[in-house]
Amino acid sequence: MRLTRDRIIAFSVLLPSLILIAVFVYGFIGQTVYISLTDWGKGAALAVNPQMHLIGFDNYKELFTSFLHGRFRQDLINAFFYTVSLVLGSLALGLFLAILLDREPRGEGIFRTIFLYPMSLSFIVTGTIWRWLLAPEGGVNVLPSFIGLPAGQFRWISSREQILTFDWQSIPAITAIVVSLVLIFLAVRTWRKGTHKRALIVAFPALLLILWAVFGQRMVPQMLPIPERHGFNLATIGVSIAAIWQFSGYTMALYLAGLRGVPVGLHEAARLDGATEIQYYMRVAFPILKPITLSAVIILAHISLKMFALIFAMAGPDNAATDHPAVLMYLTTFRGNKFALGASIAVILFLLVALFIIPYLISSYREQRRRAS
Amino acid sequence: MRFTKLLTIVLVGVGLLGMFGTVLADDLSGQLEIFSWWAGDEGPALQALIDIYNAQHPGVNLINATVTGGSGVNAKAVLKTRMLGGNPPDSFQVHAGQELIGTWVKADRMEDLTSLFQQEGWTDVFPAGLIKLLSTDAGIWSVPVNIHRSNVMWYISANLVQWGVQAPNTWADFLAIAPQLQAQGIIPLALATNWTANHLWESVALGVLGPEKWQDLWDGTLSFTSPEAVAVWDMFGKILQYTNDDAASLSWQQATDMVVNGKAAFNVMGDWAAGYMSTTLGLTPGVDYAWSASAGTQGVFMMLSDSFGLPKGAPDRDNAIAWLEILGSKAGSDAFNPLKGSISARTDSDLSLYNAYSQSAAHDWQNDIVAGSLAHGVVANEGFMNDFATVMEMFLTSRDPQQAANACDAIARQNGIGE
Repeated sequence: MRLTRDRIIAFSVLLPSLILIAVFVYGFIGQTVYISLTDWGKGAALAVNPQMHLIGFDNYKELFTSFLHGRFRQDLINAFFYTVSLVLGSLALGLFLAILLDREPRGEGIFRTIFLYPMSLSFIVTGTIWRWLLAPEGGVNVLPSFIGLPAGQFRWISSREQILTFDWQSIPAITAIVVSLVLIFLAVRTWRKGTHKRALIVAFPALLLILWAVFGQRMVPQMLPIPERHGFNLATIGVSIAAIWQFSGYTMALYLAGLRGVPVGLHEAARLDGATEIQYYMRVAFPILKPITLSAVIILAHISLKMFALIFAMAGPDNAATDHPAVLMYLTTFRGNKFALGASIAVILFLLVALFIIPYLISSYREQRRRAS
Repeated sequence: MRFTKLLTIVLVGVGLLGMFGTVLADDLSGQLEIFSWWAGDEGPALQALIDIYNAQHPGVNLINATVTGGSGVNAKAVLKTRMLGGNPPDSFQVHAGQELIGTWVKADRMEDLTSLFQQEGWTDVFPAGLIKLLSTDAGIWSVPVNIHRSNVMWYISANLVQWGVQAPNTWADFLAIAPQLQAQGIIPLALATNWTANHLWESVALGVLGPEKWQDLWDGTLSFTSPEAVAVWDMFGKILQYTNDDAASLSWQQATDMVVNGKAAFNVMGDWAAGYMSTTLGLTPGVDYAWSASAGTQGVFMMLSDSFGLPKGAPDRDNAIAWLEILGSKAGSDAFNPLKGSISARTDSDLSLYNAYSQSAAHDWQNDIVAGSLAHGVVANEGFMNDFATVMEMFLTSRDPQQAANACDAIARQNGIGE
């Protein structure tokens, strides 16, 4: 790299934003991580110069092992289910709407606007509307009574029922089984492609993981003093519905753009070859839409991990059944004055988001370089 | 040239006016920033105080900084960021008691107001029980503006007659009549979102323990795992069987509505419910709705209070002290409280200004034993209150008294209750 005049100018133009990002983004991420390793929040948390001592990972340890923080662990489970339902729900509904609009019905522009409109609302507005719609004796629950059926009884956002319950202690086993299932799936696929050796390399760790999940459970140290049941809270369904309502229009727009981008020739060629419409979508259009699906998954997943306002507006701060780590972080920090513990929750959320974002960034960076070269 | 002349005349005029103004006013000048969460329905009451201040100290430019949100959910977070950022307001609203002491006094952010209390004679007009809740060994920390009562049970007398029951004197009485109400399709006790469960819990605890042992819990002399404390959770669990199952999605007003509509028999709520029923619903206290101390708490007044303190480093300290003087004065509190729907903390307030409910509450305030509220920040610090909301959620799902008692014990230790 030579220092040309051009480069110097470019660098000095970029410098202010580089400095600002370094301080206000990465600097504060660093500070949050630092705070999460201290005991700030004990006693006089709001003193002018609060006493802080580095205590290592004690806050994290407390979150995962103290029986008082069962709410945090359930919140992680909730966040997982929020992510799964928001991603799957919005993708499915958005794709469905996009396919309908791709057929160019009359008034397409109006429908497109209607479907996309929820996206422009703030989470607070969405939350307030849906809180009314899902009230125990209003909105959705009274719909059946218009056609003479008994009114619905489901407590959309206040149910305390939990299904798919499991013990927190079995999380490693569940994770191992899920991972090995994915590995086996990959192995089968590579086997079919004919690269047998590689398939065996993938299948071997899967086998080990399954063996460990079945026999090796005793090696896992007892994580909690007493067994703790967690599961899928039915009350999260209400919040998920509102979130899907808000974002399916957005995925629709993404998919519609993708479908419109498929060359007309391909569609016609498929028809000429005698493909049905279903076959056209399954074999021709969807593979082309794959990159769009990937970006949509990334965007939706990180939104669901930051879903604070929607839950706060819909269910209030203390509705533990619908709780989310982001809400808990706010309450722990600004209501409970436990800044260090709140910072730890924030860091865990940050790592979860990074889990989605970083691989995406790496792959898109590689893509760019491939295109550039 | 002519323009310059005109400008000179105008400037001289303005200067003269300014001098004239300062001559009229008292020695106070500059500005005063008041931080509170009183907006909307509570705005006029605050305005009444501001009007008095402006009349007494016209030289001061009073800035009314409010952050909306019930019981200060948002305001408290904003206040904390301001204080941490070194930008305190001159005086801010805070629930009297541990919510102030645990957060701000322990952090050495407040000025001791003992000399102001003595100078204004407040040590004689405020009940001793109240001053104790506002104080630590090192001083008195805030000026109470109003008093609300937490342990009130609301009902409609005509409905009770129709259903053949009476307002219960003890929780055992309540458990005896509740099945009778349920058989008639009536919800015995209306409950709303999580914090109202905390609110009900403190009334149950006060009824089961009595005022001395209730205070012992917070002094650390009675353990949360003691049989008495476990019995509170046990009784609370039994009472919960007779509440509505959609509680978590209702606001406190909706729970009050259930009583007014005849869907539910009783509701335990603070006396802002009287303000809601009288002002918003247009009901007459004592005629359209009735009240009693919640079961087992006759003769005890569980109080909460909004107060203002003086943060260290307040930019306009003298103006803020003048503000506190008005808050504690008889004129100030009798201007504020009838509009707010609360009663004056002073034992010498003019009762003729208040409605029937407030008069009865004021009578009890002057005669009853005073106990502090948990749900509204008097007896426990914010750390404990925040964790207690989680314990409550745990109990609402598991209904396990021993587990809840153990969890309370753990959070009391963590948050230094009784130290």
